[in-house]
Amino acid sequence: MIWTEIKNLQSVSLKEIPNLEFHKLREQIVEMISKGCRLIQFFGEKINSGVILYVVLADDEQSKLFIASSNFNDGDSFDSITPEFKSFHLFEREFYEQFGIKPQGHPWLKPVRKGIAGISKEEIPYEFFKMIGEEVHEVGVGPIHAGIIEPGHFRFSCHGEQIHHLEIELGFQHRGIEELFIRNKNNPVYLLKLSESIAGDTVVGHAGTFARAIESLSENNISRRAMVIRTIALELERIGIHLGDLSALSGDVAYLTGNAAFGALRTKVINTTLAICGSRFGHGMIAVGGVNYDISSELKEKILDTINKLEEDVEIAAEVLFSSASVLARFEKTGIITNEIAKEIGMVGPAARASGVAIDIRSDHPFGGFSLFPVHKLTLKSGDVFARAYIRYIEITQSIKIIKEQLETFSEGELKKTSSELKPNHFVISLAEGWRGEISHTAITDENGRLRKYKIKDPSFNNWLAVALSVKNNGVSDFPLCNKSFNLSYSGFDL
Amino acid sequence: MLILFQIFILFFAPFLFLGLINRIKAIWAGRKGSPILQPLYDFLKLLKKDEVISKTTSLVFRIAPTFNIAAVIFAFLLIPIPSFGSTISFNGDFILFAYILGLSKFLMVLAALDTGSSFEGMGASREVTFSSIVEPAFFILIGTLALLTGQTSFVSIFSLLNPSAGYTELIEILFSVALFIMILTEGSRVPVDDPNTHLELTMIHEVMVLDYSGPDLGFILYSAGMKMVLLSTLAANLIIPENLSPALAIIFLVVIISVTSILIGIIESLMARARMSHVPQFIFLMTALSFIAFAVVIFFIRGGIR
Repeated sequence: MIWTEIKNLQSVSLKEIPNLEFHKLREQIVEMISKGCRLIQFFGEKINSGVILYVVLADDEQSKLFIASSNFNDGDSFDSITPEFKSFHLFEREFYEQFGIKPQGHPWLKPVRKGIAGISKEEIPYEFFKMIGEEVHEVGVGPIHAGIIEPGHFRFSCHGEQIHHLEIELGFQHRGIEELFIRNKNNPVYLLKLSESIAGDTVVGHAGTFARAIESLSENNISRRAMVIRTIALELERIGIHLGDLSALSGDVAYLTGNAAFGALRTKVINTTLAICGSRFGHGMIAVGGVNYDISSELKEKILDTINKLEEDVEIAAEVLFSSASVLARFEKTGIITNEIAKEIGMVGPAARASGVAIDIRSDHPFGGFSLFPVHKLTLKSGDVFARAYIRYIEITQSIKIIKEQLETFSEGELKKTSSELKPNHFVISLAEGWRGEISHTAITDENGRLRKYKIKDPSFNNWLAVALSVKNNGVSDFPLCNKSFNLSYSGFDL
Repeated sequence: MLILFQIFILFFAPFLFLGLINRIKAIWAGRKGSPILQPLYDFLKLLKKDEVISKTTSLVFRIAPTFNIAAVIFAFLLIPIPSFGSTISFNGDFILFAYILGLSKFLMVLAALDTGSSFEGMGASREVTFSSIVEPAFFILIGTLALLTGQTSFVSIFSLLNPSAGYTELIEILFSVALFIMILTEGSRVPVDDPNTHLELTMIHEVMVLDYSGPDLGFILYSAGMKMVLLSTLAANLIIPENLSPALAIIFLVVIISVTSILIGIIESLMARARMSHVPQFIFLMTALSFIAFAVVIFFIRGGIR
């Protein structure tokens, strides 16, 4: 075994990370993935003489993570792993884009966000996949959309009303967040704000993941009370967004009752977050070393009241939505992602669980409040829009139970502990289950204990390909519904 | 009196119709909703606005909304107001009625294609597909009535419908339901289309008018409401008894138009939109009902094919 074995949030000295020739590392990766491991991270870091590639794999059953690295010189190339394992395709493209080190034999080497090794995307000739024939037509949507939606381009190749191929072009929201982390490494307040804005709908998810990474690097064990408040905030975020999604899914099929009912319930949930921290989306909630806002005993009662009422209301609303024949006619057998495809392309989160892939970081690699309260993994089989809608409903009820459980264990404790210096030359990977799925942040420190590299992966990065695959052979008019059933982030992908 | 009432129907009923649908939907959703006359305010606001006209378009794009509104108003003059009769009436006027509405749609489709946008092309193709199913069904429906009464103009058809002949109630029900389906299709309402969506890929009628702004857009919204009022007036002609006093007949008509819009509001509140590939099945229901009415007339009233 040449890999270094760690747990989620366990920082490790850079010296302990094995460095291999790439062809040896490749053999190792192939062996590990064949044994059932899963790719978590595959990213490079620029150093003087070239690039270091870090690979992190996960063994979900045993809650273990494996790290190894490999060195490249500028202008090198390597044998692509994508032909064997498709889950690598986007990671290799990203690596090529950032450092110009070419994965040989990669089937689809187009830019991910901004262009390859300093050459901007506009200057690289690229043609979308084309379909030729009678009654074949192409529809381009975006990058500017109707309604308040982030920019992204969708190119459909259709035969009449049927979609045969969808190509998704992203990168319009690229803000250089990872570079901003390094540029502002001396300003911790700014970094926290930055982590909150990686994806506007996953504020608590990303800020918490960032805070835990920093806490791990500075050996800061936050109080039990702070941990409970963080867990509640994360689950409130999950409930809020899932309710919003159920409302929007109803809206997309013009089902007014569901749209109004779930929309009203969502407001109650995000207003609870508002009552805790003054922001409906959880801005300012998380601090490095704990939380900024306490839950007083009155507030605790208020939260309990709200979620008890919510539990009843959600059940009624879901009963109505999921028993309405006209809604089921739209949801069922639309946008199917089979279990095999979900595994093959490395999907995560509720979308993967709706296709029967049992991955949930809360139970596989527990973090924060979940290390003491194991979470049961919920999966469905059909992988269609219905499954992705229904899993949201059952996750809402699960999250309500988690919040109740956490509120019971409320103990006294310090809200925020000041962090000491970060450990020099260390590596940490922080995984969390946001509402959309696995969030992973990786931090590397330099010899002075300052951030040297910060790598972010939003679950959208894993799942965008699934949107393109799910609409194949569906009607053009079902695309918005399929898209909404994943509800992926553009800015989380573009960074 | 007729003129006054026609002016009322022409200028207010479409907006009230749309406003009432929105109000019903708001009530179902637990909201207060906008004023019932909001569509009228929107229309007046649009009339004051400037227009942005795409450079890729030609004359067709610019004249289509005006012809559209003219055609719809002309069609309105052909429809009898119960117990008053219609402004223009001649033998075979229902054919003109169907094709004057067809003309308005044809121009709107041309205008959509004129923009060269792939969305609008897609919308036009859907609109034409669904219209081509509605049109024959409408002719079977009116043809059945013509067969029943032996008349070929709206006014004489409706005045000669004899309630004592038996089966008339059955025909009235079939006719009303079939017309209601036609209203949902022509008015682009749920389950055929979703008038409130912002998702271009799922739109039918809305996507065809994406490039319009200002007064032209106002005319288009107005004519969509007008078409629904037209068809509900047609259904009212059948339902309202012949020998009512004019005042009562008009009250009856207003009630029927309101009930239609309330029904549409309720359907939109409680039902999801059908999948695009299933929409033709829904519209074929109208064809089926028309054929049943036709069969009833042929076999039970006329006593077989002679």
